[in-house]
Amino acid sequence: MSTQTATAAITTPKPPADHARPVHFRIWRGDKDTGAFVEYTVNVTEGMVLLDCVHRIQAEQASDLACRWNCKAGKCGSCSAEINGKPSLMCMTRMDTLPPDKVVTVEPMRSFPLIRDLVTDVSWNFRVKKTIKPFKPRKPDNADGSWTMFQQDIDRVQEFRKCIECFLCQDVCHVIRDHHKEDEFIGPRFLMYTAALEMHPLDTEDRVGDLKNRDGIGYCNITKCCTKVCPEHIGITDNAIIPMKERVVDEFYDPITRLFRIFKGKK
Amino acid sequence: MSFTDQYIVHEHDVLVIGAGGAGLRAAIEASAAGVKVGVICKSLLGKAHTVMAEGGMAAAMGNVDDRDNWEVHFADTMRGGQYLNNPIMVEHHAKEAPARVLELESWGAVFDRTKEGKILQRNFGGHRYPRLAHVGDRTGLELIRTLQDHGIHQGMEVFMEMTVVSLLTTGGRISGVLGYDRERGRMHVWKAKAVVLATGGIGKSFRITSNSWEGTGDGHALAYEAGAELMDMEFVQFHPTGMVWPPSVRGILVTEGVRGEGGVLRNSEGKRFMFDDVPDAYRNQVAKDEEEGWRYVCGDKNANRPPELLTRDHVARCINREIKAGRGSPHGGVYLDIGWIKEKLPNASAHIQRKLPSMYHQFKQLAGVDITTEAMEVGPTTHYVMGGVAVDGHTQMSCVPGLFAAGEVTAGLHGANRLGGNSLSDLIVFGKLAGEHAAKFVKEHGAVEVDQAQVEAHTRAIMAPFDRPNGENPYGIQQDLQNTMQDLVGIVRVQGEMELALAKIEEYKARLKNVGVIGHREYNPGWHTAIDLPCMLTVSESITRSALDRKESRGAQFRDDYPEKSAECSTFNLVAKKAPDGSMQVTRRPILQMRDDLKAVIEKMK
Ligand SMILES: Cc1cc2nc3c(=O)[nH]c(=O)nc-3n(C[C@H](O)[C@H](O)[C@H](O)COP(=O)(O)OP(=O)(O)OC[C@H]3O[C@@H](n4cnc5c(N)ncnc54)[C@H](O)[C@@H]3O)c2cc1C
Ligand code: SF4
Ligand code: SF4
Ligand code: FES
Repeated sequence: MSTQTATAAITTPKPPADHARPVHFRIWRGDKDTGAFVEYTVNVTEGMVLLDCVHRIQAEQASDLACRWNCKAGKCGSCSAEINGKPSLMCMTRMDTLPPDKVVTVEPMRSFPLIRDLVTDVSWNFRVKKTIKPFKPRKPDNADGSWTMFQQDIDRVQEFRKCIECFLCQDVCHVIRDHHKEDEFIGPRFLMYTAALEMHPLDTEDRVGDLKNRDGIGYCNITKCCTKVCPEHIGITDNAIIPMKERVVDEFYDPITRLFRIFKGKK
Repeated sequence: MSFTDQYIVHEHDVLVIGAGGAGLRAAIEASAAGVKVGVICKSLLGKAHTVMAEGGMAAAMGNVDDRDNWEVHFADTMRGGQYLNNPIMVEHHAKEAPARVLELESWGAVFDRTKEGKILQRNFGGHRYPRLAHVGDRTGLELIRTLQDHGIHQGMEVFMEMTVVSLLTTGGRISGVLGYDRERGRMHVWKAKAVVLATGGIGKSFRITSNSWEGTGDGHALAYEAGAELMDMEFVQFHPTGMVWPPSVRGILVTEGVRGEGGVLRNSEGKRFMFDDVPDAYRNQVAKDEEEGWRYVCGDKNANRPPELLTRDHVARCINREIKAGRGSPHGGVYLDIGWIKEKLPNASAHIQRKLPSMYHQFKQLAGVDITTEAMEVGPTTHYVMGGVAVDGHTQMSCVPGLFAAGEVTAGLHGANRLGGNSLSDLIVFGKLAGEHAAKFVKEHGAVEVDQAQVEAHTRAIMAPFDRPNGENPYGIQQDLQNTMQDLVGIVRVQGEMELALAKIEEYKARLKNVGVIGHREYNPGWHTAIDLPCMLTVSESITRSALDRKESRGAQFRDDYPEKSAECSTFNLVAKKAPDGSMQVTRRPILQMRDDLKAVIEKMK
């Protein structure tokens, strides 16, 4: 990779307002061919989050600095980046939670192809989702077309449906990040998405065979890195992936359960 | 260079602009009708504004209180909108919403449940009975994800991170749209027989807002430029409870669900000030004391609602009044307290975290406040626009043939003030209607050719800022405009200030001609802001002109110089349209007369 000159770094911001402290940033600038860290300084005031700093740099020093964001409240999953090496949401990273007097490093998610600066090409995730068999409900329970479901039966599925599709778990998973198994492995987000469909009380589809044969659930060796970075605190590994691994074992390696299932219908 | 070298050309029957709830629902419906559908959105799929909606969607299913039905919902919506709503749309909405919510369940949505295993419904301001189907406080996420996950299997083609910059018309009819992609900055032309606008709101024209960068009113402005009418633009909803501190999160929404679950508003003296000022229209629906209010929250059918659950316009003004009178909180808000319910409930802390998980999270992480024990500081924030493209209530078509609209970009359902929860149901009810009629239009009408000269003229206009690298920074104008609208056309309006705002808007239009951007066309936020600015200016001008013309206080519009409702003003909607000389004309249009059977419903519900 060649380097680009750090012109923006020489712009000095206005003198700090009351209580403001200058914080130094190294932000990755570049595209898929070339790039380098560029330094910026922002006067940080109480309560600011990292995304505010990026916006301030955009507004005052580098109007062409690319980043994604929408809600600024941890709800849309757009502003994923690696902050001091940790995959995080920029809008939920309070500046006062980062070590003071240290340069803050902001990089794009490293597992996905770079488009520009902090923006990566996450389209693979959208393609993967489309390959997963969609929801297929049983016939309605009631004459008005509704179903009867109890809260205790949906708690787990609701946990999975909190996912904001930030793809930070996909970014951190070594099967994708280090081993580039994108063609054989759907990643923690979509293992969990499949689990949410499989555990949906109304669903009648069977995706267990796909999990084993096509989606690469076997690649996951339960390092739990995905769970650690999930901003929604979803128990991706314990609550979704491990139970799905068990279903795969039941269905494919345990002849008794398998026979039993054939007689009883799927779930 | 030939046209096809310069532009990437696509062709669809129905083209939907916007992938929030309204756009996705329209696209699903049009796909089901068997026509070729494209969907364009500025962000990635699933990130539209709808994802941020919290409290729930209103549908008179009667699961929690069986006295609820479409007639009550109809009357509540009309009363909330102060009778400027389009009664046909309000009727259709109230009748259809329950079926649309059930349909979401059949597509995989998982709503919170009642003890009997039905969809649970919660209280919200202005709704007589618990009516909002919800999933904790992340209902919008559930809605958009359900539509997205269902929609991707229906055959629609999705164009993400692309922005439409103009609607193309040929002989007055829609022929397609022009836009650019964020990644490379290339220009695209989509030929289409019908277009459904579902571009959402306008909050970004104000400094303090709950809206994201997408809320720049593009659809409003695109429709206006193409000859459509903008109706009711003076009615901008200021949500009473936005975060006020820390400064960087100012404006971010605090769901009304907090009050629905028992949250109360207090001033710096610790007083529940909402009891002080109850409007006459609601007097016999409001609790007489705190004890009755709490019984209502607990589901006692004989109790009336606490005054915190009055309509948003009213609550926002009361908060504003407390702050102005010096009874506000340290950072210029008032207190919203849900933690107090521990006096009433044994495991209140767990209850709050289960009912309002994302509020808990949001305050904990962004403000360092634990809402189960500490009060939140809140104040009004620009939230929603009731006004928008005027459409036919039976088809959702605007006065431009082939141009349909649905969702927040449309006027009519909410009148002078929207009830919370009526937007998410609006999206699925009218998204479906728009998709259905757009597909029908396509089957009845052939294609029309795109006018290349029009395309080229629009392209030149949006590329112009690159020729002025030393021109003015677009962010500066954006900020000035936001300050102008916030300070001069906000919650409390007066003629002199609004006239000043109009003068300033003219000044910004002049400055816009000299705006410049640096860099390249790829993913360049400065350039995108320069392109958004004309839309924001059109929207701001229409809001200001309409607000000036409505010389009364009604619903979301409060005028200090005309603090009362006027009988004369109850007879018309205001409509902004581009005149042949290019100027904006605002005219009065008599409100749609209600059918007698609907009038009888209103009488019955009084
Ligand atoms: C924080 C918050 C909480 C809310 N809570 C509730 C609630 O509890 N209940 C309720 O009923 N309502 C609620 N609302 C209101 C409701 O969420 C919105 O009114 C509604 O989601 C708007 O949906 P929409 O489909 O019309 O547009 P949006 O969801 O705003 O989507 C607009 C779409 O249009 C696209 N778009 C815009 N301009 C262009 C362009 N030029 N080119 C291409 N694409 C474009 C955008 O990219 C986006 O995909 C809330 C709003 C907010 C902000
Ligand atoms: S637990 Fe599995 S899916 Fe999660 S990061 Fe580790 S290997 Fe990847
Ligand atoms: S599971 Fe968590 S980390 Fe993964 S995409 Fe969803 S919200 Fe993000
Ligand atoms: S901007 Fe939505 S999650 Fe950060």
